[in-house]
Amino acid sequence: MKKDEIPQDPSVLDKFTKEVCYAVDESGKYVTQLSRGWEVKADALGITWEDIEKKVAAAKKQVLNGEVSPIAYYIELRVMDLSIVSAYTGFWQWTIKRHLKPSVFKNLSDAKLQKYANLFEVSIDQLKNISAHA
Amino acid sequence: MPNTFEHLQAAHCENGVTTNLLRNVGVSKMTEPLAFGIGSGLFFIYIPLMKINGGPAIAYRTMPGLIFKRTAQSLGIDVTRKTFSSPAKAQQFLDECLKAGQPVGCQVGVYFLSYFPKEYRFHFNAHNLIVYGKEGDNYLVSDPVMETTNVLSTYELERVRFAKGALAPKGQIYFPKPNHKPVTDDQMRKAIVTGVKRNIRDMLHIPGPIAGVDGIKYTGNKIKNWRDKLGVQKAGLYLAQLVRMQEEIGTGGGGFRFIYGAFLQQAHAFHADDRLLEISKSFTQSGDMWRNAAIQAAGIYKGRITSQADFNVMGDYLIEISELEKKAFKELSKVQWQK
Repeated sequence: MKKDEIPQDPSVLDKFTKEVCYAVDESGKYVTQLSRGWEVKADALGITWEDIEKKVAAAKKQVLNGEVSPIAYYIELRVMDLSIVSAYTGFWQWTIKRHLKPSVFKNLSDAKLQKYANLFEVSIDQLKNISAHA
Repeated sequence: MPNTFEHLQAAHCENGVTTNLLRNVGVSKMTEPLAFGIGSGLFFIYIPLMKINGGPAIAYRTMPGLIFKRTAQSLGIDVTRKTFSSPAKAQQFLDECLKAGQPVGCQVGVYFLSYFPKEYRFHFNAHNLIVYGKEGDNYLVSDPVMETTNVLSTYELERVRFAKGALAPKGQIYFPKPNHKPVTDDQMRKAIVTGVKRNIRDMLHIPGPIAGVDGIKYTGNKIKNWRDKLGVQKAGLYLAQLVRMQEEIGTGGGGFRFIYGAFLQQAHAFHADDRLLEISKSFTQSGDMWRNAAIQAAGIYKGRITSQADFNVMGDYLIEISELEKKAFKELSKVQWQK
């Protein structure tokens, strides 16, 4: 890449930082220059988040239909999976799978609910009722 | 020891931490490309069956932690490295280091890293930053991919140091021991040779099809099957993941290949074999091809081009890159190193 080809496309980094890029100058020597971002990269990130939003919306629908417990919604919302939730809460993965059943979820103790609430950064009320979460 | 830590921005986090920590203990000739090359940072691996965020597990650089370890060790500098089970003890150790004027490298997760843009905050636990001071309840943080320094509260720092999941940092802290002998040009020269030879091994001679230049070719062939196997939409997400992994913050566009090209130019100052400059050009070319491959991938994941022929072009890019890098590393093994 030549120095004057370093992309300067708008990106989510704009409010945070610019990034260092290595490229060659007119004489072929490597130099560094700051870049705002690259459209190709911004798009890769963009469609990844669109996919996450789709998953969140699907989980929300399932929760509101009573098919799964609200934990399923918050797992998608926080971009987690069973192994990550297990690592933070200390629950086994099969335990969490049980907690995903609405019938099991509604009988969970406050102590257990609090563990989930802490991880998802919501109150117990919001955990029980996803409509209360904006 | 007076705290004279200097924040220098880098393209990649571990390169930056390594460079800045070593410069801080007097290795004034250390640069990001030299750290990357001496630490044999260039790599490629496709891990079948494993999934990251539901997509393919691909890495373009060596295992986290190795660049720092290898670079310091090949310069004869001892390294302190510690992990902790208790956050309180981790903080206590950190505070003692800072009180003694010792900036330290920390492995952290980016999910809770408050100064990162939200869009970059996945559950990724192999980010590196330097903590170089403390003011009241706030830690002074030099994150090499950021233009300026940042501040994290005690709570925020603990959360990222004790992020959970794959590659959990467990409060990992590391730094070069300050009382080493001054690093001579001779040591730098030798360290460069060690780094290049190890990189040749990693890219050309790891058995099996998934690592090094073979891994790039393997991935190229896999991609050609993704459309049939996964459907256009999921295959697009897989390609987006391939590009995201290639383009972590700061490694814009086959960035590791460009850093390696810069490394070979800087190595030339220590080893006057002009072939180094020629081989540097091959890595520039490879980086450009990674960029073209990313543009092709973007055409697919944006839905502009979605035929099997387009996936074949994408796969062929990687197969071509594999050939090019194989040739470049073979050339590197012929370089006359100065003793």
